[in-house]
Amino acid sequence: MKLFGKSLLELKKLVTQKEVSAPEVSSYFRKRIAKYNGVLNAFLSVVAEDGGLPIGVKDNFCTRGVRTTASAKVLDDFIPPYESTVTDRLKKNQLTVIGKTNMDAWAHGSSTETSDYGPTKNPWDTTRAPGGSSGGSAAAVSAYLAPAAIGSETAGSIRQPASWCGVVGLKPTFGRVSRYGVVAMGSSFDCPGPITATVEDAAFILGLIAGRDRYDATSSPRPVPDYLSSLAERRKLTVGVAEEYFDSVNVEVKAAVEKAVEIFQKLGHRVKKVRLLSPKYSISVYTVLQRAEVSSNLARYDGIRYGGSRAFFAAEAKKRIMLGAYTLSYGYYDAFYKKAQKVRTLIIKNFKEIFNDVDVIISPTAPITALKLGEFEKYPFFGEVMDILNEPAAVAGIPAVNIPCGTDTNGLPIGLQIMGNYFKEETLLSLAYQFEKETEFFGVIKKGIENYKDD
Amino acid sequence: MKIIKTISRHPHGSEDLVSFQIPASAGTTNFMKYIPVIGLEIHVELKTASKMFCQCSADYFAKPPNSNTCPVCLGMPGALPVPNETAVNWTMKIGKALNCQLASLSKFDRKHYFYPDLPKGYQISQYVEPIAVNGYLKLKGKKFRVQRVHLEEDTGKLIHSGKDTLVDFNRSGVPLVEIVTEPDFDNSNDVKEFLQELHTIIKYLDVSDADMEKGSMRLEPNISVRVCHPGLDPGSQKDSLVHENDKLPLPPYKVEVKNINSFNFVKKAIDYEVKRHLEILEKGETPIQETRGFVEADSSTKSQRSKEETHDYRYFPDPDIPPLSFSADYLSATVGSLPELPAAKTNRFIKKFGLKEADAFLLTRDKEVAGYFEKCLTLVKGSRIVEDLPQKLANAILNKRVTLNLGPDKFVQSVVELYKPKATDMEKLDAAVKSVLAKNQSAVEEYKKGKERVIMFLVGQVMREMKGQADPLKVKKELAGKLKR
Ligand SMILES: [Zn+2]
Repeated sequence: MKLFGKSLLELKKLVTQKEVSAPEVSSYFRKRIAKYNGVLNAFLSVVAEDGGLPIGVKDNFCTRGVRTTASAKVLDDFIPPYESTVTDRLKKNQLTVIGKTNMDAWAHGSSTETSDYGPTKNPWDTTRAPGGSSGGSAAAVSAYLAPAAIGSETAGSIRQPASWCGVVGLKPTFGRVSRYGVVAMGSSFDCPGPITATVEDAAFILGLIAGRDRYDATSSPRPVPDYLSSLAERRKLTVGVAEEYFDSVNVEVKAAVEKAVEIFQKLGHRVKKVRLLSPKYSISVYTVLQRAEVSSNLARYDGIRYGGSRAFFAAEAKKRIMLGAYTLSYGYYDAFYKKAQKVRTLIIKNFKEIFNDVDVIISPTAPITALKLGEFEKYPFFGEVMDILNEPAAVAGIPAVNIPCGTDTNGLPIGLQIMGNYFKEETLLSLAYQFEKETEFFGVIKKGIENYKDD
Repeated sequence: MKIIKTISRHPHGSEDLVSFQIPASAGTTNFMKYIPVIGLEIHVELKTASKMFCQCSADYFAKPPNSNTCPVCLGMPGALPVPNETAVNWTMKIGKALNCQLASLSKFDRKHYFYPDLPKGYQISQYVEPIAVNGYLKLKGKKFRVQRVHLEEDTGKLIHSGKDTLVDFNRSGVPLVEIVTEPDFDNSNDVKEFLQELHTIIKYLDVSDADMEKGSMRLEPNISVRVCHPGLDPGSQKDSLVHENDKLPLPPYKVEVKNINSFNFVKKAIDYEVKRHLEILEKGETPIQETRGFVEADSSTKSQRSKEETHDYRYFPDPDIPPLSFSADYLSATVGSLPELPAAKTNRFIKKFGLKEADAFLLTRDKEVAGYFEKCLTLVKGSRIVEDLPQKLANAILNKRVTLNLGPDKFVQSVVELYKPKATDMEKLDAAVKSVLAKNQSAVEEYKKGKERVIMFLVGQVMREMKGQADPLKVKKELAGKLKR
């Protein structure tokens, strides 16, 4: 049975039809990991366990009995005694964690270079970064080391690496998917989500992991729609395009997204120009709030109950802890944290108003395509700038999905993001699915996989 | 030695003067007045089934170390808190029992500090929007204000063993209610009474063991002494409900005495501290702001850390817990579920049963005892055999004349038996009266001069002669008859 390039749902069908067994599928992917992970460094650990169909999981999801480091040396020897809700739900739905994927340490970064276990390489050009922080998951799917993977976003950590690695990456609404068992980064932003090679796979996985969790007080009690079957609806939508999201975007990226807009029109959707608050405000809000939350969330890593001592924290985490602690300090709280919360409220209001007029908003996912490894050090606050187009949705907590929409002259993937209203994941997925059916993402995903053949 | 007096100036306050001896060498005090300013922080562990933010049992007592834990209360990576609804509701009950305003919107905040028994590096507490604020408790006409009642989580415990320090997280995450008063106390007696009343209320609400020895109720007075200069006489302010503390600046320092586990120790700690502060103030100095510990051995206090070392807690709203909002219906249902509180019960016992105030107070200190008393009364409804039966029942209970191990029905029988009029042998009575009158001529004289109370003494004497086998009313009647002649 030839498995190469098959989507998760295709593999599932083959298993159901008894064309292949799930352990055979897992062993197939373990072989691919053995073959290519040395070059890509997408996986930090591989799980030799057969069960259901394999899925890669970012290393910040606690997996019972399986080392979970969040790519940070502080947690080098940490083996969780409990299971995150997301992996628990995957396991209960016949999916098996094939390995834990590399990431920026503590998810602090947009390149996977801050991993204490070395950077992941972009499968499209191994001298380039895959983006981050879910770079390992995006690279694993892009190079077909796993048919699908789980990532997590604080602001852009699913969409941006999905964009740079040329795959589908969905950040759900905050509260749609439980955060229980996910090593916390910015607690008021964190969202687990799927990284896949098809929109159908994204819809399928979201359906498994979404929904109320009694262990996460911020998880939403809203019923979970059948995302997969709603893809067939081919709804006609009003697509908003905001000028503010095209400032300082690379010309090739801009051209690819503009071409995508024409395709949406051709598909019968109405395109409407809208005005949104400049994403630069989201950068300020995000920078303040995320660091405040980070400084608090990392306080538990004292080495007393588990993990190494605080001496193992690397530079990026220390920087964030100090900045965050500063903004929460007596006398500064109002000027930073409180003010940022107020602006956050304005951003939320702005989105809610716009979604009275349009069903979705589209923009480039990232202003540029994949950078060379090492280039990031030139930019302080690199992540914030790289994620500028991702941060508004993260700050507002709305869902957004990245889909490939072409390649640039270096042959690197370009990503388009679709942002939607709260809990309207099915709308985003529907539009993404129509685009996929129409264009097959211009062959981007297929081309990415073809670079990593079986033999 | 010179005596400096601090006067309890509560409008309805007792007249008692609290005296402190100050070395004579101290500077001139030309009617300088020193008034203690005392506030309280009280921590009460709730006895909910589960901990504040996880499913572990809240009953950690005497369990093997770290056996009562889970990822949440151990602060594992990725673990999240989910607030315990019962704990929130019980905190509201405490707030309402202390006459607080209940919040319709309340939030949890993170309070950051590092200590090995604090697994997350922060404690989930309430800072900006506590569950209840602005309450008070009235005691003997004095009003002591309660600033806030909020909910937080308890920490683990350090166990020092030889050179090692071990941490037991069994207690980590147990719901802990913090009650903070305004600095409305000026003497340790009032503090003790307040704490006893609070303890009784908590027991009535049935929300905590409030067992000091187990640490489920912990007391922290903060103490300072105000210097009132001549000419500025706050004593003249006689508004009964507005505290003079609101009109005067607080002293420029305060000393906290941490984690005391008995009402008497609180009183001793306060007395020790006030005396210590006075000695310093008399020298023209200001005591340093610090945290001290109580030393049981000699009822003193010992410096633990000075305020310079205290932390900036970097409070911010916990993003893991959505704000709690309560409907008006929910709030009024909670208020409606409160039991009759001790003060109300005392008043009712006085009004309804004609009990003496002191007895009514004592009977209502324990909800079980008060309930027992009422149960007894329902069993003898309509009975007129014994005069003033409620008071006699109360006496019997309080003096333990009859064992409480009896069921209420048996108990009532015993009390009635004890107090019902005795059959009186009139011949013996006549003889006894004559004999007593003969032996107590001086009393008879006094009676005849108009000191009629003396008759009770004579009744006692006759009763003794009769070995108790007589109805005192008949004895009195008989005596009165003979004396008139
Ligand atoms: Zn627990």
